Amino acid sequence: MLKAARGFRQSQEFWLVMVTATLVVVLSILRPNFLSLQNLLDLMSSYAYTGMLVLALFVVLIAGGIDISFAAVATAAQYAALTVANSYNIGWIGVTLIAAAIGLSLGLVNGFLVYALGLASIIVTIATQSIIFGLVLTITRGQDIFSLPEWFTRGVDWTFTVSPDGTEYAINLQMIALVASLVVTWLLLNRTNIGRQVYALGGNPDAARRIGFRVFGLNLFVYGYMGLVAGLASIVLAQYTQSVSPTALVGRELDVVAAAFLGGASVLGGAGSVLGAALGIALLAIIQNGLTLLGVSSYWSGFSTGVVIVVAVVAMARDARRRWRDSPGM
Amino acid sequence: MSLPHPLARIVASKDFRLVVLIAILIVVFGSLIGDRLFGQLGLRSMAYQLPELGLLSLAMMVAMLSGGIDLSIIATANLSALTIAGSLSLMPAGDGGSAAALWEIGSVLAGLAVALAVGVGNGLVIGYFRVSPILATLGSMTLVKGLAIGLTHGSVLSGFPPAIVFLGNGSVLGLPMPLIVFAAVAAPLSALLTMTPFGVRIAMFGSNERAVRFSGVDTRALTLRTYVLSSFVAFFAGLVMMARFDSANAAYGESYLLVTILACVLGGVDPAGGFGRVSGLVLALVVLQIISTACVVLGLSQFLTLAIWGGILIAVGALDAASAGGVFALLRSLVTDVVAPASASPPTGASKPQ
Repeated sequence: MLKAARGFRQSQEFWLVMVTATLVVVLSILRPNFLSLQNLLDLMSSYAYTGMLVLALFVVLIAGGIDISFAAVATAAQYAALTVANSYNIGWIGVTLIAAAIGLSLGLVNGFLVYALGLASIIVTIATQSIIFGLVLTITRGQDIFSLPEWFTRGVDWTFTVSPDGTEYAINLQMIALVASLVVTWLLLNRTNIGRQVYALGGNPDAARRIGFRVFGLNLFVYGYMGLVAGLASIVLAQYTQSVSPTALVGRELDVVAAAFLGGASVLGGAGSVLGAALGIALLAIIQNGLTLLGVSSYWSGFSTGVVIVVAVVAMARDARRRWRDSPGM
Repeated sequence: MSLPHPLARIVASKDFRLVVLIAILIVVFGSLIGDRLFGQLGLRSMAYQLPELGLLSLAMMVAMLSGGIDLSIIATANLSALTIAGSLSLMPAGDGGSAAALWEIGSVLAGLAVALAVGVGNGLVIGYFRVSPILATLGSMTLVKGLAIGLTHGSVLSGFPPAIVFLGNGSVLGLPMPLIVFAAVAAPLSALLTMTPFGVRIAMFGSNERAVRFSGVDTRALTLRTYVLSSFVAFFAGLVMMARFDSANAAYGESYLLVTILACVLGGVDPAGGFGRVSGLVLALVVLQIISTACVVLGLSQFLTLAIWGGILIAVGALDAASAGGVFALLRSLVTDVVAPASASPPTGASKPQ
């Protein structure tokens, strides 16, 4: 018990909890409306897309790979699904199915290429990102879609409580999707056979291969999952922004990568917990939201995010080194 | 074991297949749109465009050679250009003369100092704090770009003295200045990487970090110097970009970031580190530039260029993967068997250049 507690105290999650908690306390003292229900719900809605992608990317990172192409995949899925929705009455199920199918198939292509070419996954997915994004922009000519079907823009809201002053608090599509992907990813990594194989593959690919894991199948699975989630997240985002823009997503994928690493995914694979990933997203969201609430000009938000990333990675690396030194046999 | 025939070694090299690729491109595009693509105007636009991506790719290559990556090169180039631009805008008004020239030189040096400072920061975090390069430079990229946006509010600084504009748009003996700057950086860099202990150690470090450390090299200092060198090259990229556009901005050239990695890998730089030559990178840049300019001449979307670039990388990767039955292995065996039957043929797959 004591040992477990000490283990947690040395873990990445512990540091993330401490940093996040400190930020929450400081912010809520400085700006009481930070902890308001409305602000927290807004935060969840606006970070649903990023959060879903961080969780899916986390699975790829644990398997020892990386995917840079998810923003291009999301763009393709979003554009195709909503273009069809504008012409045919396919409803929510149709939109979701189209986006999921496009995301999944592009993800499977990534998984196949990473395995078949034997190139570093970052290289393969940079190439597929270029191909997908280049083709989408060539076909769409980079034009945004502003008018979406009425049923789509209305969205999904369940009012769950009304405060005395008449403000309605509702659960929307974005929150449901974010929580659902959190739960599914957690179950996948911790409660399924394939999830444990993903950890094993990232921890030691050679050993995993020799034990007889089907590495090709695992590759298809993790990149397919990433693509599928990217497709679904793109619909969630389009509903939130009420528009489709083929140029809005690509170029910002490194934010998602940064959040996943902040959450404790190892660059080498094989390590990281879903709790850490969730904390990584929360940390980035709180910093950016906190700066806005404090009245810091949005021009400086990138700089502040950068400072936090650098400080965090240095702190975590020092921590890892200490553990490495203390571990027996070294 | 006897060395393979020199000709066989050339054919087996990664540079050779890029030469083949360039030849194919020249024949195909030459027959389609040769007069426009390889006419004066086409060649001119290629010569002015290639150096931007080229200098950035060289900066990326230095880091990749050491087994790392430097995602902060473009942010560094822009911050350095903005520093120069900002300093120039503070120049006291008055007659030109030597005072103005001194101020201009001082401004450029200030930009260089900023770039080197970013490199030192990267090197300290990666070499001494042992943070993985992708994470460290992801952080510094965000930070440096954030600093540039915070200071300029995303605005464009423009209007530079003739000397700087000349650097981006002038020409000497018919050669465009950006190309001269590129050559003046690429050639010494190539020499540095292949002929000096420092340069050779960068590749050795990328090949086997532990072996280099155990042979008595201070790998932390080596890493520091590697990332300073990368930033140093990025500074020239920033200088050429600001000179060509006659303006500086926090977001110039951002879309090039992943393309530089693509160019390096196409040029034979091993993403795991240890292998790669400037000559290969230059050939890869020529391939990318011919495709890009051909798309412009053909009136195709610039985004299609991006898709074709990605497709080329996948195709080359597929050729590598299928090298047992691939075209280049076939060429290789043809040359070794027909042209140089006396020499020992290099074992397929084990023929990594260098």
